[in-house]
Amino acid sequence: MPRIGVFTCWCGENIARNVDVQSVSEQAAQLPGVRCSQTCKYMCSDPGQKLIRDTIAAEQLDGVVIASCSPHMHLKTFRKAAAQAGLNPYLIEMANIREHCSWVHPDKARATAKAVDLIRMAAAKVRHNRALEPIKVPVTRKALVVGGGVAGIQAALDLADAGIPVALVEREPSIGGKMAGLSETFPTLDCSQCILTPRMVEVAQHPNITLYTCSEVEQVEGYVGNFQVTIRKRARYIDIDKCTGCGQCWNVCPSKKTPSEFDYGMGNRTAIYVPFPQAVPARPVIDRDACLRLTKGRCGLCAKKCQAGAIRFEDQDELVREDVGAVIVATGYQLYEIGRRGEQDRLSGYGEYGYGQYPDVISSLQFERLLSASGPTGGELRRPSDGTIPKTVVFISCVGSRDNAKGMSYCSKICCMVNAKHTMLYKHKVHDGQAHVFYMDIRAGGKNYDEFVRRAIEQDGAHYHRGRVSKITQEDGRLIVRGVDTLAGEPLTIVADLVVLASAMRPAAGVEELAQKVNVGYDEFGFLCESHPKLRPVETNAAGVFVCGACHGPKDIPESVAQASAAAGKVLLMFSRDQLHREPEIAHIQESHCAGCFACRRGCPYHAIDAAEIRDRQGLLVRRVARVNPGLCMGCGTCVALCPSKSADLEGFSEQQVYAMVECLR
Amino acid sequence: MNAHAAETSSNGFEPKIVAYVCNWCTYLGADLAGTNRLEYPTNVRIVRLPCTGRIDFNLIVKAFEIGADAVVVSGCHPGDCHYTSGNYHARRRWMLFRELLATLGIDTDRVHFAWISAAEGKKFQQVISEITAKTREMGPYRAYREICEA
Amino acid sequence: MEIGYYPGCALHGSSNDYEMSVRACLSTLGVHLRELDDWICCGATAAHSLNRKLAVALPARNLGLAERDGMDELLAPCPMCSAQLMKARCVLAEDQAFRSEISEIVELKVRGTTRVCNLIQIFQRVGYESIQKIAVQRLEGFRPACYYGCLLTRPPGVVQFDDCEHPSSMETLLKGLGAGPVEWNYKTECCGAGMTMSNESTVLELGHRILSNAAAHGANCMVVACPMCHVNLDMKQSAINQRYSAAHDMVVYYLSDLVGLALGISPDALGIPRHFVVRK
Repeated sequence: MPRIGVFTCWCGENIARNVDVQSVSEQAAQLPGVRCSQTCKYMCSDPGQKLIRDTIAAEQLDGVVIASCSPHMHLKTFRKAAAQAGLNPYLIEMANIREHCSWVHPDKARATAKAVDLIRMAAAKVRHNRALEPIKVPVTRKALVVGGGVAGIQAALDLADAGIPVALVEREPSIGGKMAGLSETFPTLDCSQCILTPRMVEVAQHPNITLYTCSEVEQVEGYVGNFQVTIRKRARYIDIDKCTGCGQCWNVCPSKKTPSEFDYGMGNRTAIYVPFPQAVPARPVIDRDACLRLTKGRCGLCAKKCQAGAIRFEDQDELVREDVGAVIVATGYQLYEIGRRGEQDRLSGYGEYGYGQYPDVISSLQFERLLSASGPTGGELRRPSDGTIPKTVVFISCVGSRDNAKGMSYCSKICCMVNAKHTMLYKHKVHDGQAHVFYMDIRAGGKNYDEFVRRAIEQDGAHYHRGRVSKITQEDGRLIVRGVDTLAGEPLTIVADLVVLASAMRPAAGVEELAQKVNVGYDEFGFLCESHPKLRPVETNAAGVFVCGACHGPKDIPESVAQASAAAGKVLLMFSRDQLHREPEIAHIQESHCAGCFACRRGCPYHAIDAAEIRDRQGLLVRRVARVNPGLCMGCGTCVALCPSKSADLEGFSEQQVYAMVECLR
Repeated sequence: MNAHAAETSSNGFEPKIVAYVCNWCTYLGADLAGTNRLEYPTNVRIVRLPCTGRIDFNLIVKAFEIGADAVVVSGCHPGDCHYTSGNYHARRRWMLFRELLATLGIDTDRVHFAWISAAEGKKFQQVISEITAKTREMGPYRAYREICEA
Repeated sequence: MEIGYYPGCALHGSSNDYEMSVRACLSTLGVHLRELDDWICCGATAAHSLNRKLAVALPARNLGLAERDGMDELLAPCPMCSAQLMKARCVLAEDQAFRSEISEIVELKVRGTTRVCNLIQIFQRVGYESIQKIAVQRLEGFRPACYYGCLLTRPPGVVQFDDCEHPSSMETLLKGLGAGPVEWNYKTECCGAGMTMSNESTVLELGHRILSNAAAHGANCMVVACPMCHVNLDMKQSAINQRYSAAHDMVVYYLSDLVGLALGISPDALGIPRHFVVRK
């Protein structure tokens, strides 16, 4: 026979005004299984809690119903009190007779009757409660950061500085990401490389960071606290430990005609190359498609020249395993493909701008390289077609952004600032030049941002035209830009020497595959989904996986860095204990009943259900059943409703408990 | 004799309404109705579940079996689910289950689906009041008892 | 090869030289044109700006006739007509209720099974290589500016023909026949089309720009596949010269003219002497 104690709270007048507490308590005492029924003016107060503790001990209660306020208010309080009295905290149930009763029902007789019903339901439920222990998951105190742009660098350094070993995986031969290629940054116009390269060097030298460049995440297994990650290190053809980075090899390389990825095709590079002088690691890599030795079997000049003997033409891809407790995804962005025809029309378009046809129509990242002191023109602004200095430059906003017809519906957020910055940098380099901007709206929300745009217009004399460009054509080596100025209400033609398209930000290529490996959701554009847009902005629905930077949505540098530090902070929080403690109110599968249909697995939003193999004593496979991973289950109970054989159940809200609650209303 | 029986005998027909609600949106919406002292009829009995995704629709049949005159299922708005997608599962399941209920001869007008967020105390009050009034109008669900007996 | 043929009003009126050229050219290529019986106007410029139902019903009747006569494909050499027919076909495919309403209005069952194509697509169907094989004369000395105008490639989702902004199908065809088409900027600009009656000054301005740009890029003639373009660039050329004190002397050919010449058809049979600007 159960020994249930019912404790009804007056909540001062809050409950007692509309509910006859004394009568409720007396009726509760008559409910099946109830051993004793008590009341108190304030059950949550010290005397109230003491009453509960003492009664639990004196009456040897094995179940408790507290009839008071909402469980969202005080369930934790009462669970703690029960634990102090030696009763398992999960043997506590609450009947919400305040928010759901006394406060909303002024008719005292009816409110009292309902209060008794609510207690009846709670008492029926608590009879089936089971003692539960918090789930403890061991934690590997090491983190994986995917992506070595500014966000990944920030996250990795924050963690490493806090003493956490970090594996930083970067696809390109060097870390630094998009930011390393920028000339100067808004709204302060400080040199991008000057602020980033010291951070890159810190990464290289940090004892807690293992840097994998030319590498990608191949596979992720396991769950929060216990991920096993396989990293593919692509063949670099250089022994980076032997290499001194002297530069002899790339100086003798005869294959010089490959467009430089780092310069977005604005310049060329050799087949053996460092992407840019400040690269980290400062070691070359061989492009296997351009190298004459690797493609045609001849040449090998670099190997002859290398005194360190660091060239390894026989190099192969290598798989490395890292065990980590948390993953931070910081894979960044790529630009919308202007003028190219993609599989999806939405991802490319604007043939009317002639990008790819007219050499002097370029993207904003290409323009950055033309401005950059480390760029192909050495910081002198010379246009690609004939190397002359452009005297009129047109900047076009929203190429691919905010365009439902042939682009993305979203605003790429940084382009207004980028355009303003470009007009200023241009004016600073070409004093007699004129910058024009075609824009839809100017969006410059942010600290010192609007002032920056005003400066571009007022001090540096950029001409801003509100309207779109309809067509760009080429005439005698100049670009005829035809558009409209909607404020003047007139068509507008500008004869320009250079046109810069501020194309939309899109998540980096391959992010969807990575998201599937780590079980993180992504939106229709491929941006990764956070767990909650306001309150859990760097967490994801995959426990132990965090996001930061532009892989999550269009973002500028300050935001990416802030988010990266936030993600690192969340990882540190997770690592602050030796074990993760999770709520035990999760699902479980009765494997003897499970038919292995895996309806639960398909419906589980957390990928928390695995297929387990049942084997006989000889080790032969008998059948496959569903099994809940307690490290991942969040306790939503979707599997319970989906299971056709009723093998799935949820602790705290079991079938038995819920049916008992309904049954007692008969 | 429980509270319902008492109400029925003294005041004519008082419907019995069972509400299955999720813990994170509708339950908190009901809490907010309380905090704001928004009055509504006493007929509803709330069963708290973590998510509408947890609701096996046999629970609806169960509610009618114990004599409910109406059933309410309410959770987070589409897109707001605490558990990402449980409410979508619930909705999809309900679309299918409704057909099945109708085939069984159960009056699907007595099953109500609603999205009520944690901020919608007012909506909770309105929904419950309307459903109670409607059920009162429809009268006791004798037909179900007849199905069971038949 | 037999194909349904929808001439449209222009080819039976002011632009009957285009029809001569199309017929002569295609018969040499072995394409038999079966003219749609009892065809009506496609609605062209007027209808689609005034009344949606009318704009769909007019072309829909023609589509219904083509279906009735069992035509799989319908050639409309005028891009205005082909665009109207294609647009109606798209609208009807999307909206079933509207389709039954329109069917009732035109008193014909319209299902939208007949495909509609423009002149270039017919040449593509015959095959550029086959045309080259049959050709008897190289088009040496012709440096045409191929002019597509607004409607051959637009709206891209409806007509689904070539690159909307940078088309090249006419150039490819003519290059194969020995001509030297020029790259220029106004391939897909508007010539003013139907404004030729109501707003002549706009048409003259646009025509002047187009002719100037073609000449500036070294063209010695122009090629069009649209009766309206031809009217505005050929017939209006003297008016343009007068207005802008210009000296344009640009022969404007239909695409079928040049293909016809390559096939050895006489200029007379192609109706070329009936153009306003003729090569002296």
